[in-house]
Amino acid sequence: MVEVRVDPEICAASGMCKLLVPAVFDQSEEDGTVRLTDPAPPAELEAKVRTAALRCPAGAIAVHEMETDAS
Amino acid sequence: MPEETQHQFDHARRAGFGPSDDIRQQRAQGALVKEEVAPAPGAAPEPIWMALGYEAVRQVMGDHVRFSNQRRFRAQAVRGGSKHRPQEMSGHLMDYDQPEHTRLRKMLTPEFTVRRIQRLKPVTEQIAERCLDAMERNGQPADLVDLYASPISGAVLCELLGVPRDDRREFLVKHQWQLEQDRSRKDRAAAQAYTSGYLRALVKRQRKDPDEGFIGQLIRDHGDNFDDEELLGICGLMVLAGLDNVTGMISLGVLALLEHPDQLAILLADPEKNVDRVVDELLRFLSVAHAPTPRTAVEDVVVAGQLVKAGEEIVCSIPMANRDPALGPDVDRFDVERDPLPHIAFGHGIHHCIGAALGRMELRTAYLALWRRFPDLRLAVPAADVPHKTNSIAYGLERLPVAW
Repeated sequence: MVEVRVDPEICAASGMCKLLVPAVFDQSEEDGTVRLTDPAPPAELEAKVRTAALRCPAGAIAVHEMETDAS
Repeated sequence: MPEETQHQFDHARRAGFGPSDDIRQQRAQGALVKEEVAPAPGAAPEPIWMALGYEAVRQVMGDHVRFSNQRRFRAQAVRGGSKHRPQEMSGHLMDYDQPEHTRLRKMLTPEFTVRRIQRLKPVTEQIAERCLDAMERNGQPADLVDLYASPISGAVLCELLGVPRDDRREFLVKHQWQLEQDRSRKDRAAAQAYTSGYLRALVKRQRKDPDEGFIGQLIRDHGDNFDDEELLGICGLMVLAGLDNVTGMISLGVLALLEHPDQLAILLADPEKNVDRVVDELLRFLSVAHAPTPRTAVEDVVVAGQLVKAGEEIVCSIPMANRDPALGPDVDRFDVERDPLPHIAFGHGIHHCIGAALGRMELRTAYLALWRRFPDLRLAVPAADVPHKTNSIAYGLERLPVAW
């Protein structure tokens, strides 16, 4: 499991994250900055989310490993 | 060639789709190399840095605190006392630093969100279809630059700016004249006076009676925060960024696909599914925007192990950065099937292209519509005879003769 965090303050509003993973990222109607729609995305989207973080021109996306109970 | 031109386009030399052998040899010297260049004929040479490695370019473009975009700053810092004193242009986002840059950009970004751009998609599709109709009527062979790539980028830009249908042809023709180096200085100046006068009148008209388009919306939402000079600068920047880059990407992209039939076959096997990764790989492979606004170090900074001193200037090579061997295997291969390589074709940092989503939509639409209409599209001349642009702000083709 990963936890995604975004920082709209430093976001450059490029929209790359929304283009790459529309299920997780959205853009504010008001100023185009990043909005997170799913802070704990399903496992199959993890790779895409990491790519989005890597591609973010402003470094506004962080992906953290989340501690989970062993199941 | 005048020295200034030489300097300006030094980083823009190409060989085929990629960077020139000269630039590659420079890259072999390091990720950041120093050149001594005279800023004007007869002037003393000054050091110019060229950032050629992916990480070095990302560091420079990503650090807007220590690397300034402002021309005025550079003029004062490096060339104080010289007559060559470039000014930043009002409203040109790429010439601004924080906080001015952020103030302007925040007002513009809502107009360029992925969602807003989707609204331009049906119009863009109509434009592409109209161009294809015209190509069919005119018969083959046809010049894809003149009949497809250039009219699509032109019409979408006019749609965005709110240039009425009847004015578009003249506006776009005059814009082209400004850039044609073989046209007389007088003709170019007259063309420039026409286009800037046209945009000035457009801004005035929108100020009085804002329409539903981009400029009208900006005026309705933020009219009091912009002066007319800034609005004019914003229009000018959109013209600069939205025409030749898109024309170059459409035409070079078509040539690249025709030259790589195996890659074209992947696109055609499932166009809707595969087009986005084709567009992404083409953006990296072609990197039509050679370099962003040169940056000036505000303080001493170490980049790629080299000390860049305060006041020194850095030009970043996007084509070389996007083919850095550190990005993955076979970076010089056009390969739409690999794990997508990271690239900075739209720049990096706070100046990342505000029109990136629009550009991607235009390219996607243009490639899909073209092959839907002409599945057997082919070159009408040998590939070696297709003239590439050798000295232009955006990389592209002079002509692309095709048949179907």
